[in-house]
Amino acid sequence: MNPSESQGEKNTLAKTRNLKRNTLPALTMAGPVTFWMLVFVLLPLLYVVFISFMRRDAFGGIDYHVTLSNYVEILQPVYLKVIWKSIKLALLTTVICILIGYPLAYYIARKPSKLAAKLLMLVMIPFWTNTLVRLYSINLMGQPNGFLNQFLLRAGLISKPLDILYSDGIVVVGLLISMLPFAILPLYASIEKLDKSYLEASSDLGARPAITFLRVTIPLTLPGIVAAVMLVFIPSLGMYYVPEALGGGKVMLIGSLIRNQFLVTKNWPFGASLSILLLLITLIMLWLYTRIAKLDDMEVF
Amino acid sequence: MNEIGEYIISLSNVDKYFGTNHVIQNFHLNVRQGEFLTLLGPSGCGKTTILRMIAGFEDSSGGTIRVQGERVEDKEAFERDVNTVFQSYALFPHMTVFDNIAYGLSVKKVPKSEIKERVKEMLELVQLMGFEGRKPAMMSGGQKQRVAIARALINRPKVLLLDEPLGALDLKLRKQMQIELKRLQKKLNITFIYVTHDQEEAMTMSDRIAVMNGGVLEQLDTPDQIYKHPKTKFVADFIGESNLFDGIAKPAESISAHMENGTIQKEFTVLTASGIFPLVQNVTEESCSVTKEPLDSGSGLPLTVCVRPEVMKYSKCPVEGFSLSGVIKNVIFVGSQYRSLIVMDNGYEVRVNRIKPDQTVSEGERVFLFWDLEDASCIFQRKEG
Ligand SMILES: Nc1ncnc2c1ncn2[C@@H]1O[C@H](COP(=O)(O)OP(=O)(O)OP(=O)(O)O)[C@@H](O)[C@H]1O
Ligand SMILES: [Mg+2]
Repeated sequence: MNPSESQGEKNTLAKTRNLKRNTLPALTMAGPVTFWMLVFVLLPLLYVVFISFMRRDAFGGIDYHVTLSNYVEILQPVYLKVIWKSIKLALLTTVICILIGYPLAYYIARKPSKLAAKLLMLVMIPFWTNTLVRLYSINLMGQPNGFLNQFLLRAGLISKPLDILYSDGIVVVGLLISMLPFAILPLYASIEKLDKSYLEASSDLGARPAITFLRVTIPLTLPGIVAAVMLVFIPSLGMYYVPEALGGGKVMLIGSLIRNQFLVTKNWPFGASLSILLLLITLIMLWLYTRIAKLDDMEVF
Repeated sequence: MNEIGEYIISLSNVDKYFGTNHVIQNFHLNVRQGEFLTLLGPSGCGKTTILRMIAGFEDSSGGTIRVQGERVEDKEAFERDVNTVFQSYALFPHMTVFDNIAYGLSVKKVPKSEIKERVKEMLELVQLMGFEGRKPAMMSGGQKQRVAIARALINRPKVLLLDEPLGALDLKLRKQMQIELKRLQKKLNITFIYVTHDQEEAMTMSDRIAVMNGGVLEQLDTPDQIYKHPKTKFVADFIGESNLFDGIAKPAESISAHMENGTIQKEFTVLTASGIFPLVQNVTEESCSVTKEPLDSGSGLPLTVCVRPEVMKYSKCPVEGFSLSGVIKNVIFVGSQYRSLIVMDNGYEVRVNRIKPDQTVSEGERVFLFWDLEDASCIFQRKEG
């Protein structure tokens, strides 16, 4: 036996010993969390997976026959359209959130910390008020006889009320209003952490501000950008009350579709299969996230 | 007279306020081409601020800053022909060593092949061949330091600004890098403006040292002159060890002024709280203008005399002209020197360093202090106005 082999053996021995010594305390600490996750996350999830392979019975209950039909049904053009539209609007929301959120977060992060805290507070306050209240107030403002149309009419800018509500545009606005804080906070955190000396070094070496931004600021705040994308895109995709409140029945997104399956048409198995699809999209996003995070194994983060 | 344009960097009347905090006050500094100039001073005296104003990261509140005779106050950092080595290195963590060094060229759209060549040249210069693919996080402090230097030098700047570049390194590596930096500076013939608060580093590396205190330039001179002829009490105290005697100089009774190369040497007697001793001083235009007072005014001239511990001597019997006596408090051997502390009659403690032990005296014994007259340097109290 050569020495390196015996060394390796010793290492594994030590590892097993360590493992034994450390498992018990670790288990007691992780125990409650594990229990919580099991009962309130894993079991319901498994149940959703389970019924997604069942059939709906005539009375809106579950008929315990294994089938793939719920997944096949998703492939119908009408549903694919809904899914595609959901992804499109969620993407649009995400892009606009980043485009608005980044400069805002940058502006706040470059202020003295006391002022920055106050500004962040201003970002958060609307977020703490009830979202539905905010959405319905937008709805009221956007009505044909609502504030916005009346104002434009009186100002003579338009001759008849605009169709503000029940359009994709207003749904994106609603999504933006609900999601913007989720973009600003991670962006702020990563921009605030960005050491100013990197920017100075770049400028010192002859880079104009735009080049510094592209080659130093963006790459070094990428984790914040990716986190913001995740935090905006995933909830936007499944959000059902925003299209409900602002899109009426007209803008159908995957969230509303799922909700309808459970609460209106009582097709739980189909709703479950749509939920699983949503979950898969989320998992793919998370996987991409870890890929990007690994790509940039930077010391600063 | 020197023309301003002759200097590669020239600061005149520069002021800087942070809010109401006046951190740089009426600062003048002229740096020659190819010079190694060090800014030395205690923490918070404004060294970094001076460098940042030259680099363009900080606006000055007043005065002019010239690079190669050209005013740069309105130029942004990326337009200035100076480069900086940051104390924390500030290497881009998301780039490899190669990309870090190449950065200055790639933002100027230099062709790829030339970039490759010049980066290689730089890697050879700082002896980091084979490291081009590494990320900064995977390098030691000394290696990062070299990358930072290579990155700053690739633009072939006229002036390199270095803010405590060796501050984070251990003593041995520091010494080694000091030698390397000096070698680089000589080889490339680039002007270095170097910040440190390590005196020894400043002394060994610099052509000239600018000693600063509280935002004011105290003295700008060669290391030798700074040590031997400190112009202010602060410099005498800050650089090395010193024995300072505050007193009043009166022209000696037997006035024996004699001319030597246009300067007049005059003898004085200095009266201090610790005792009396003689002083020979060159009376030049300059020393008169500093004091704004004729040197032989009847009332005597207030001044401070600085005598370094290694030129201070003592004997068991009085020396002619000197009337300074005290008791040896203790003698300590510190490896290279024997340091004695002598307490004067008025309680003032004088330090004497000797290479060899003195067997003839022991602790508690009374001794008489003296020195060679040319070893004392004299600091005139600055008069306002
Ligand atoms: N951005 C700033 N805002 C306010 N005050 C500042 C700022 N930067 C520096 N100062 C103040 O200016 C003075 C000079 O600071 P500077 O950093 O130039 O000192 P320094 O000589 O480089 O010190 P050190 O040796 O500790 O690096 C200090 O009193 C410091 O508190
Ligand atoms: Mg400093």
